[in-house]
Amino acid sequence: MTAVVVSGVTKVFNAGRADEVTALSDVDLTVGDGEFVSLIGPSGCGKSTLLRHIGDLLPPTRGSITVAGQPAARARLKQEYGIAFQQSGLFEWRTVQRNVELPLELRGMSRVDRQARAREMLELVGLSEFAGHYPAQLSGGMQQRVAIARALAVSPPLLLMDEPFGALDEMTRERLQSELLQICAKTRTSTVFVTHSISEAVFLSDRVVVMSPRPGRITTTVDVDLLSRDDSVRQSEKYFAAVTEVRQALRGGTQGRTATP
Amino acid sequence: MKAARTLGAVALGVLAFVVLWEGYKLVGNPDGTVILGVRILPRADDLSMPHLYDMAGRLTRPELAGGRPIWIVVLQAAAFTLGITAVGFAIGALVGLLLAVAMQRFRIVERGLLPYVILSQTVPLVALAPLVAGWSGNLRFGPYPWQDWMTVSVIAAYLAFFPVAVGMLRGLQSPPAAGVELMTSYAAGWWRTLLKLRLPASLPYLFPALRLAGAAAVVGAVVGEISTGTRGGIGRLIIEYSREATSDPAKVYTAMLGAAILGLVVAGLVGLLELPLMRHRRRVEVATL
Repeated sequence: MTAVVVSGVTKVFNAGRADEVTALSDVDLTVGDGEFVSLIGPSGCGKSTLLRHIGDLLPPTRGSITVAGQPAARARLKQEYGIAFQQSGLFEWRTVQRNVELPLELRGMSRVDRQARAREMLELVGLSEFAGHYPAQLSGGMQQRVAIARALAVSPPLLLMDEPFGALDEMTRERLQSELLQICAKTRTSTVFVTHSISEAVFLSDRVVVMSPRPGRITTTVDVDLLSRDDSVRQSEKYFAAVTEVRQALRGGTQGRTATP
Repeated sequence: MKAARTLGAVALGVLAFVVLWEGYKLVGNPDGTVILGVRILPRADDLSMPHLYDMAGRLTRPELAGGRPIWIVVLQAAAFTLGITAVGFAIGALVGLLLAVAMQRFRIVERGLLPYVILSQTVPLVALAPLVAGWSGNLRFGPYPWQDWMTVSVIAAYLAFFPVAVGMLRGLQSPPAAGVELMTSYAAGWWRTLLKLRLPASLPYLFPALRLAGAAAVVGAVVGEISTGTRGGIGRLIIEYSREATSDPAKVYTAMLGAAILGLVVAGLVGLLELPLMRHRRRVEVATL
């Protein structure tokens, strides 16, 4: 089964008014099971909007979206995906442990079960000792790891991420990228990942989807076929070739030419 | 250690007040300072500003010849007003809370109601008190007729609801979009989003609002007692004693001291509400990794 199918999605904000904006125009996208797909593009190209459509946080103007074989709205109600944002969005009045428990609590899981599950997730992101801390006591990188643990707590088949490492420094960012890949491989989660960073997109993804603005649309799709996903790959020929390809696609897109995939 | 420092600060504040008061009496013109027909500094004579030790001495003497010592009378009146204030505060806080939730829930309620909420506070309290007394005079709760003190509580509540409604609305609207989207992604509806996200997020806004509401409720209760003529409270004492200002100038200050103590007690009690709910705020220490 495919994780996500987006077909013919168009989103118009403020339709019929002077400040009408076409955020997305006739977008098609398919994410296979276990696939890692990045959406990359300049600001205003609608990549975050597309992510919110997939998560049913924003209704598209036209078109349809299925997640795990069902309409996006039903998938959301069944908590078929986990989501993480640029701001970790942790609840500051809850301890790290209780933050991770939140989605489980809302699912009605028993206290004992969700405590065990949250501990398991914190172990996965390497923060077991910090279970009793409050978010304000953690660094930005640690907070982001808690947010990932929370997103994965319900074992969703799909993970949606909106620039989750955008606010972090380069070193922390690269370490978390590796951790995220390991976790996704271990949990066999499909991922849609929004980013500004070309190197991040190439390192993480099986496929990089390049978007361009006004109106937001997909211009190119770059398949990335790296042999392994450890840090050494960041120096490999294939990696650089893919980075160059994505960069050229982005240039073509911003100059208004429509590149052919 | 911390308690000792707080106590020290309080003692220092009282001392500063004593020095200012008695210092002004020492150097100030007994007839006050008047420039171009405008009095810019108050009279410093014993009638307008009795010595602090006279006030302290007055506390121990009877209210009227042969009556109870005045400090007992004042404390009893303050306790009576504290009860009225507490009822008014509770009603006001509850009403403010419900209004804030309704305004958060329905945009149209916020647009329609908020201007009136603000308008409500511009009505002079003195004009309002007889109105409330007039409307409520014939009310009955089963066998219990409306009491005078209830009118005063309503006036206190009328002042107390405002900061809670406005502060709480800000607090309920404070969670960032990411938090709200997160709750939506968990398939949480409005009610569960309120319980798990909006209410806890609003607490840092609620507590300062409650402090304001506490102070407003005290003012409402004291002024309400005065303008409705309710007996037994500190507001009534202030009015009664001020009539004797020429013969017994220290007396009215004992009632004012009672009102000040009432305000402090209310502020302290409201502050106590905060302790169990704000634990996460008190130990913030950043771990770096």
